[in-house]
Amino acid sequence: MSAQKKLSLFDPAIVRRALLDSVVKLSPRRMMKNPVMFLVEVGAVLTTILLIPGLSKHVDYLFQTQITLWLWATVFFANFAEAVAEGRGKAQADALRKAKTETTARRLSGPERKEEQVAASQLRKGDLVVVEASQIIPGDGTVVEGIASVNESAITGESAPVIREAGGDRSAVTGGTMVLSDRIVVEITSEPGQTFIDRMIKLVEGAERQKTPNEIALDILLAGLTIVFLFATVTLKPFAIYSGSDVSVTVLIALLVCLIPTTIGALLSAIGIAGMDRVLQHNILAMSGRAVEASGDVNVLLLDKTGTITLGNRQAVEFIAAPGVEASTLAEVAQLSSLADETPEGRSIVILAKERFGLRGRELKTLGSHSIVPFTAKTRMSGIDFEGGRAVRKGATDSVAEYIHSIGGTFPEQVQQDVSRVASEGGTPLVVADGKQVLGTIYLKDIVKGGMKERFDRLRMMGIRTVMITGDNPLTAAFIAREAGVDDFLAQATPEDKLALIRKEQAKGNLVAMTGDGTNDAPALAQADVGMAMNTGTQPAKEAGNMVDLDSNPTKLIEVVEIGKQLLMTRGALTTFSIANDVAKYFAIIPALFLVTFPELQALNIMRLATPQSAILSAVIFNAIIIIALIPLALRGVKYRPLGAGRILRRNLLIYGVGGVIIPFIGIKAIDLLLHAVHLA
Amino acid sequence: MTTLELLKIVIYFLLILAVTKPLGLYMKRVFSKEKTFLDPLLRPVERLVYRVSGVDETKEHDWKQYTIAMLVFSAVGLLLTYLIERIQHLLPLNPDKMGAVAPDLAWNTAVSFTTNTNWQAYSGESTMSHFTQMVGLTFHNFVSAAVGIALAIALIRGIARVSAKTIGNFWVDLTRCTLWVLLPICLAAATLLLSQGVIQNFHPSAEATTVEGKVQKIPQGPIASQEAIKELGTNGGGFFNANSGFPYENPTPSSNLLEMFLIFSLGAGLCYTLGSMTGKLRHGWAVFWAMSILFLAGAFITTYAEQHGNPMHQRLGVATADGNMEGKEVRFGIGDSALFATITTDASCGAVNAWHDSFTPIGGSVPLINMMLGEVIFGGVGAGMYGMILFIVLAVFIAGLMVGRTPEYLGKKIEAHDVKLAMLAVLILAFSVLVGSAVAAATAAGTSSTLNAGPHGLSEMTYAFASATGNNGSAFAGLNANTKFYNIALALSMFVGRFLMIIPLMGIAGSLAAKKKLADTAGTFPVDGPLFTFLLVAMVLIVGALTYFPVLSLGPYVEHFLMNAGKVF
Repeated sequence: MSAQKKLSLFDPAIVRRALLDSVVKLSPRRMMKNPVMFLVEVGAVLTTILLIPGLSKHVDYLFQTQITLWLWATVFFANFAEAVAEGRGKAQADALRKAKTETTARRLSGPERKEEQVAASQLRKGDLVVVEASQIIPGDGTVVEGIASVNESAITGESAPVIREAGGDRSAVTGGTMVLSDRIVVEITSEPGQTFIDRMIKLVEGAERQKTPNEIALDILLAGLTIVFLFATVTLKPFAIYSGSDVSVTVLIALLVCLIPTTIGALLSAIGIAGMDRVLQHNILAMSGRAVEASGDVNVLLLDKTGTITLGNRQAVEFIAAPGVEASTLAEVAQLSSLADETPEGRSIVILAKERFGLRGRELKTLGSHSIVPFTAKTRMSGIDFEGGRAVRKGATDSVAEYIHSIGGTFPEQVQQDVSRVASEGGTPLVVADGKQVLGTIYLKDIVKGGMKERFDRLRMMGIRTVMITGDNPLTAAFIAREAGVDDFLAQATPEDKLALIRKEQAKGNLVAMTGDGTNDAPALAQADVGMAMNTGTQPAKEAGNMVDLDSNPTKLIEVVEIGKQLLMTRGALTTFSIANDVAKYFAIIPALFLVTFPELQALNIMRLATPQSAILSAVIFNAIIIIALIPLALRGVKYRPLGAGRILRRNLLIYGVGGVIIPFIGIKAIDLLLHAVHLA
Repeated sequence: MTTLELLKIVIYFLLILAVTKPLGLYMKRVFSKEKTFLDPLLRPVERLVYRVSGVDETKEHDWKQYTIAMLVFSAVGLLLTYLIERIQHLLPLNPDKMGAVAPDLAWNTAVSFTTNTNWQAYSGESTMSHFTQMVGLTFHNFVSAAVGIALAIALIRGIARVSAKTIGNFWVDLTRCTLWVLLPICLAAATLLLSQGVIQNFHPSAEATTVEGKVQKIPQGPIASQEAIKELGTNGGGFFNANSGFPYENPTPSSNLLEMFLIFSLGAGLCYTLGSMTGKLRHGWAVFWAMSILFLAGAFITTYAEQHGNPMHQRLGVATADGNMEGKEVRFGIGDSALFATITTDASCGAVNAWHDSFTPIGGSVPLINMMLGEVIFGGVGAGMYGMILFIVLAVFIAGLMVGRTPEYLGKKIEAHDVKLAMLAVLILAFSVLVGSAVAAATAAGTSSTLNAGPHGLSEMTYAFASATGNNGSAFAGLNANTKFYNIALALSMFVGRFLMIIPLMGIAGSLAAKKKLADTAGTFPVDGPLFTFLLVAMVLIVGALTYFPVLSLGPYVEHFLMNAGKVF
């Protein structure tokens, strides 16, 4: 998707397509979904009919034609806003469809696993297929045999291959992605038409877009306000007749359209679509708008320590030599023991030795005959055995201590103390031994990602608490939690602990968001209000969450929260703006309506609009143009700042509430001057 | 505005401010069944009431049961009152031998008193017997007020409770409100009124010979007892047609202050009860200040407009020195009349001590607007609180979105269902006022009752429907409301304004009670402090202004400009 990412909101191709869509959307069946704009369309039809000669007396054709045109323009602008918002998604859907070329699958059937060629579309849940290098994986599934590198750029836009293997948390593969090397057997987990790519197409296209709970509530509010204004305008007719002045139907319709909340009514669905689109631009696939909206409500974030708060791996930061041992000796042996260690921790030891003591890592082959002792979960040590009996080891403290005792050495008291100190500071101690002698300790430290503290501060200002989840012991966890600036932590966390924590927070009235990738994360992901699964994760995890991060970067949960908030803010801001606008429109239209009967009402014409016709026309034009003017705001969202609710409210009330009262006074006056200058009214 | 008038408003407001906390706290204790100093006296009475009526005071109602109980209670009361009026000539305590009340008027009056409106299409002294006044009407003055307060308390419980099914027991709330809140205060107030010269007797009309040698009949009656609850329960139905303008009802400036004080006291106290029962005192005060700002603005505008008087009088050189005295009692003057008018319409009381019809257009528009805003400025007892909560729900919903969260009110999410019910209530009120007045303006039946033509006539009709819908009951005067059209149409408006507004609100109470309570964080929408107060004021004004600006501009506003231009109606 990286190619489309550069597609701007107002790309000419999108705009062209949107213009066409706006006309299609004029169909009453589609308009009916939006009661506010539907009413405008009905009004436009009525004023159009009233233009037929002979239907009404005293027709001011120049005036009524202009009103009619601008009413149609209002409807058209609303459709255009929605169409533009949909534009980028549609372009993306087209690109995805191209990726979903019809492939053939090599299905293994029967107990003897006979291979047969079938169309990918015929694959059912539970089928086994074999995929080899440079073949497209025919459907979503789980690797049950083998290991392969896979190019998932069709979905993630990321061209670097990823490893997929049977068992564990890296077993999920997606249909439409390509195997680059090796051979895997995949068990299909989705029915045709419901694959990940299918769902993705529907999502980005907005085909299955359902209104979110807040959107429905807002719709009801807007419909209610519309009916109130309908009462106000319809009853104006008898009041006017009583008062001895006649108001034409066209003018009443103009008044009604100006009063009903057309600005937000026109932009509401565009705001929602654009919000989903923004999430997508971050390469996150939200399964529903509801999920995005819910993330705005979140007030507890559960973040995994590793990979989210800290860099994925620990780094060596210090060599602490045992008594009577030179630090350089420790460093040298530590480096030696790590030469075969390809883990990031091992590499960081080699690098630290080079930096501190100028020790260049030697090539393994220059060391003469040796055998490598790999790290295992059982021994929790690694090292090298040289010819002649020399053995260097590094590993967890108790493992090395046991090893030393078993070969008749002693574990120095000082090293024991050093180890405790490192652990108490939140680091991981590794003890190095050369034969029977303990040389000292390597201080491995979790490195907190840059900028995390600031982000957590921002979250705190927004009222969101972050809880760090880690498998570390409480001591280490507390230290890192303090360094990273999270509010709380859960140490030695098991999946059950996670689930229990989520339930506990929810019982306290909090809404919880979390990320996860493993199968054992699935219950917690499902329980959380917002669960973001990593695309690298297992199929159960991806199904349990309500979002999938295609880049598998858990930090992005924070961005999703911000987008969710921005989405709600934009709706609220434009609703406030829309309602506040009515004040000025009243001052334009009401005096104009009755000026003939009551010239004294000129006093209410505080904008000093030129004529009654120009006043009404200006209000209608302003009402239409403001929709176009606000499309960029609706699509990009109101500016979001991480502040407390009180300050955000004050700010937005000032801009969209007070501003919403003032701006139309200026706008309507300006339009009036213009209309008068060009003799249109 | 003179310093004296300004001072009157300020002193009055300070009195209300002072009583808000003690009364609010007392009501909280009464409705939470906590101990109060009156328990030894009233608990036995309460138990007796339950035993006689078979009420299980430990059982609570869900919102539907609560609402149905209220509706049944009101329906029975309505029918009883209707019956009493129709057969009052057969009943005792009728010294002036009043005949049966006409069916449409009896119906209008029964609805009027049941809905706490006390719209009076009749003159009490020439239509109703003492029995009807006391049993048929004063009874409703107590219970319709108690019903209003009970409903407000039930709604507050709905907000305060978490994941609950029930919102209290209607019969218990009704009984406790009457016994603990209304009766004791009325007793004290009636005594004070007696000391000012308000009468309390069962005599037939006294006869006096005037200086011109003519015989004048001066009606007598049990007035002090009705007067106290008339104000305290924001009923407003006077014994006399002249209401609180009549010396027997409101003899002195002191009794006037007392009556005004009674009108606001429970409404103000309920703000504190709201804060106290929801555990958010600061929220209760924020609501109090929102109401206060709206009240003070209205009071200043009316007083200013009345004192400013009519420019035509000034041009003619016939203006009185202190302003527009037409339709006002000399013993009250501009200040007490304008203040009383503001208070009685803020609070859906409807008692009057001056003719609102004779106010200047702007001065008279304030009472009209007060009622159109939905009677939420302290409001009718209980009704003001639940009406204001309706606005709070809407304000929280619209502005709540602006802080980037699903709108929530005191930890309760405001969702589609709640918005639907809130909008329904708003729609019903707007419909009743606008469509009612439009029908009146468009028909001969409506327009023929107006005393004045033009904009002023429109104000008279709109005022009647706003007053009925808002359950205020004050009349703009001028309008002859005792016609079939108005008796039926206004009874309908009163009915709609009371019950069709209550049902959605009780629905909200039930829905909120059932919800979980969300944790309060820095990201939570603040419902306390000046910002919220400002928001609430703006919400009330904008919704009100947007709905009624067109009709107001054809009524009082255009009349104001016409008056300045030298035209009257």
